[in-house]
Amino acid sequence: MAEPPSTLASTGRKPVGALLGVVPFFAYTAIFLAIPTLIVVVGAFLDGSGRPTLGNLSALAQPQIVSAFVHSTVLSAVTALLGAVFGALLTYAVATARAGGLLRRLVTSLCGVLAQFGGVTLAFAFIATFSAQGFLTVWLMKYGIDLASTTWLYDWDKGLMLVYTYFQIPLMLIVFLPAVEGLRPQWREAAESLGGSTWNYWRHVAGPILAPSFIGATLLLFTNAFSAYATAAALISQGSPIIPLQIGGTLSSEVILGQENVGKAMALGMVAIVAVVMTLYVVLERRTSKWLGS
Amino acid sequence: MSLHATRRRRQAGFRWTVVGVIGLFFALPIFSMVEFTTRAPGGGRTLDTWATLFNFSVIDADYPELKTGILASAGLTVLTVTIMLFLLVPTMTWVRLRLPRLRRTVEFICLLPLTIPAIVLVVGLAPVYAWVAYFLGESSLWLALAYVILVLPYAYRALDAGLRAIDVKTLAEAARSLGAGWPTVMWRVILPNIRTAVLSAAFLSVALVLGEFTIASLFSRDNLQVAINLLGKRDGSLAIAAALAALVLAFIVLIAMSFVGTGRRSHRPEEN
Amino acid sequence: MTRTARRTGVAALATLALIGIAACAPPAKTSDSTGTGGVNASSATSAKDLGGMSGLIAAAKKEGTLNVVALPPDWANYGEIIKGFEAKYGLKVDSAQPDASSADEITAAKNLKGQSKAPDVFDLGGAVASTNTDMFAAYKVATFGDVPAALKDANGLWVNDYGGYMSIGYDAGKVPAPAKVEDLLKPAYKGKVALNGDPTKAGAAFSGVVMAAISQGGTADDISKGVDFFKSLKAAGNFLPVDPTGATIESGQTPVVFDWDYLNVAQGAKLKGKMEWKTFVPAGAVVGGYYVQAINKDAPHPAAARLWQEYLYSDEGQNLWLKGGARPVREEAMVTAGTIDTAAYDSLPKAEGTPVFLTTAQSDKAKAYLTANWAKAIG
Repeated sequence: MAEPPSTLASTGRKPVGALLGVVPFFAYTAIFLAIPTLIVVVGAFLDGSGRPTLGNLSALAQPQIVSAFVHSTVLSAVTALLGAVFGALLTYAVATARAGGLLRRLVTSLCGVLAQFGGVTLAFAFIATFSAQGFLTVWLMKYGIDLASTTWLYDWDKGLMLVYTYFQIPLMLIVFLPAVEGLRPQWREAAESLGGSTWNYWRHVAGPILAPSFIGATLLLFTNAFSAYATAAALISQGSPIIPLQIGGTLSSEVILGQENVGKAMALGMVAIVAVVMTLYVVLERRTSKWLGS
Repeated sequence: MSLHATRRRRQAGFRWTVVGVIGLFFALPIFSMVEFTTRAPGGGRTLDTWATLFNFSVIDADYPELKTGILASAGLTVLTVTIMLFLLVPTMTWVRLRLPRLRRTVEFICLLPLTIPAIVLVVGLAPVYAWVAYFLGESSLWLALAYVILVLPYAYRALDAGLRAIDVKTLAEAARSLGAGWPTVMWRVILPNIRTAVLSAAFLSVALVLGEFTIASLFSRDNLQVAINLLGKRDGSLAIAAALAALVLAFIVLIAMSFVGTGRRSHRPEEN
Repeated sequence: MTRTARRTGVAALATLALIGIAACAPPAKTSDSTGTGGVNASSATSAKDLGGMSGLIAAAKKEGTLNVVALPPDWANYGEIIKGFEAKYGLKVDSAQPDASSADEITAAKNLKGQSKAPDVFDLGGAVASTNTDMFAAYKVATFGDVPAALKDANGLWVNDYGGYMSIGYDAGKVPAPAKVEDLLKPAYKGKVALNGDPTKAGAAFSGVVMAAISQGGTADDISKGVDFFKSLKAAGNFLPVDPTGATIESGQTPVVFDWDYLNVAQGAKLKGKMEWKTFVPAGAVVGGYYVQAINKDAPHPAAARLWQEYLYSDEGQNLWLKGGARPVREEAMVTAGTIDTAAYDSLPKAEGTPVFLTTAQSDKAKAYLTANWAKAIG
């Protein structure tokens, strides 16, 4: 292959040879991502014997499924906002630390782990803290505060929300840190040399620059919470207040059977909502990369 | 200059307050796990649970599923990171160099797994995995093929940031004009320059693989979280200890990796 | 045609082709164990086809392994049953996913079809069994005649294996002994009452709601009173939405549990000395349920699967279930023949009142009611 590297990008031609280089990637994602997605999407429109039907979609109008969608959306939105705000504070705090210093290394690594450690581990951790024999419950009992007789930990709008913020804040740090790190010190100095205060700097310089990234990260947090299954499954065993649990129920219930295709329809609904959010995220990401030096 | 000093002090104050408060929030459940696993019946503290956890012969005899889960997850981590790197690094570099119009497409595909939760992916993956089992056998290790997909969004971001930071075109052209073949370019020119990004992508993959539960459990395969969940139904204390140990291990791995990354950087002159 | 359109077209065609390929299952690995009868084990309908018990045992030993799924060791004494089977025939039992549900068993069989890890046998709840009979292989064990006709399929496609009555287990040291179901609404039980699973997902929990319904004056046809009972339980703050497991019972997290009597009895036996875990079946509200045993049509180890069935329905197997507090399906025949384990039999929890077994029609009606109302009631 002796083609001069410069011509291709400038003429925009795509010789077949170049395309071969990306075949492995596209083949892999076709097999393990595209096909499963299509199987689910197509399955949402089939009934138990494989015939096309809209019955699964109309089954989505059942009250418990509608309320599951509402709960999921509310839960995801609230935890995304909480995670975004506190996560942003943490990110800024860490960004001002010395690069390569111990604090930043520690916090970044810890967040890398905690962002992924939802599921079983997190549920166990919270049960160890807040359940009837949990450390905090027992400790507060000494001061007369009785948490044991309420079951708030297992409510989607109390316990589950608290648990979700536990992995939302670290995720925010991971996603937002590159953007905050991209704030050049020169801009701060320029703002100061023009007589601006900290407030001015944030309001007119850093704020607008970080805003797309911040909103983008919040959207990502929303998606993350919306799709989470293992944590809720490990914590809540009664009722399926959120959509991922409803889907899990259609796959593993031994009482109400034959609902797998309704589950696929629910999945389709989830994918639709999340797709909208992710599109917004991608659009915002592109705006960010303009300023933060790509 | 005094302005800078004041600002630095205020920043430091802000930094420690924020990290302190949020740190407390994060430390609480972890501390509770330690507290829970060191409770002795009848009050007092005991290290029995931890002693059992690290007593390999007992684990082997009484809790074989935990041992299988740990080994499976170790293998899965290595396999997932390897496949991910071999798949993504050449592809992303190639796209940057030769097919810039495909960048959006590749990015879209890599972000797609965020839109499709694992529980949905499992339903669709069932027939695909039937074929995988036919060609490759039914070992838990082949879950790595699905894990690579889960890891794509995070790995892509990390590698993309790394590739953006270096001038891929110039480096590649320079190497090629000196007679290097493409494999050499990838392995000896590009890869060392995006070391931090590669490590970052690897970190996130390790954390994800160690924490994954949904796909493994729905495919009836062994992995660490499935084993811990099962253990939780028999022996709550030991399960919590195992979960905490896994968390700490992942943390140590990540911290160590972060040191390996920046260690090299300090040898090169600082760029502005 | 523009380039974009052409590219999209190619992509679409490729996609359809790939789906087509993926949707077809890969060729299954057929097993070829035969007994001395010369018949392939996977089509044997009784031990005779494989040359009697000795032929069956030989064929099973050649296979060497048995895959079981969703059999927790402390569920109806399965731990001892598995060990007994391994010791008696020298086979290895690979027990996967002990905490899976019946639906998960079928899913596992479908997902792992043709693979050596697929489950060989099923132990399913009635509802899941009745909708999946096309996955079973007919086989009549040696003692098939002892099983009452209502508790088996005439051709041996499925047979009930053990059953029990819905009960309430409680920690006698922590809560006052409840005499009736409605006692659980009292303040003494605040945050303490757990149901084994979600009734829209787990058979045990479903039966728990039915039991509550009947105890509150409802019938097998109308379980609304059961759902209302749990609604009041939740309103009183007594309902604990935690899945009770051995660990939660031992740690004291779930001091009162609605579950099958054999499971509560097993917990009591396990925790003897540490905790006084008592079981009672409410008088006049005796809800029974049998589980169903079947062989996977595509079992990777068909001879071992059939040998397992023979073991389970032998006196030894049935008595082991009885030891775990479950009522074995050959109960009547064994009492008549005097082969039943009288000590274990006499220690089964007393059940006053006629046992109620839901028919399929009643089950379906109850499920529909639950789907519509459980989430609202428990919120």
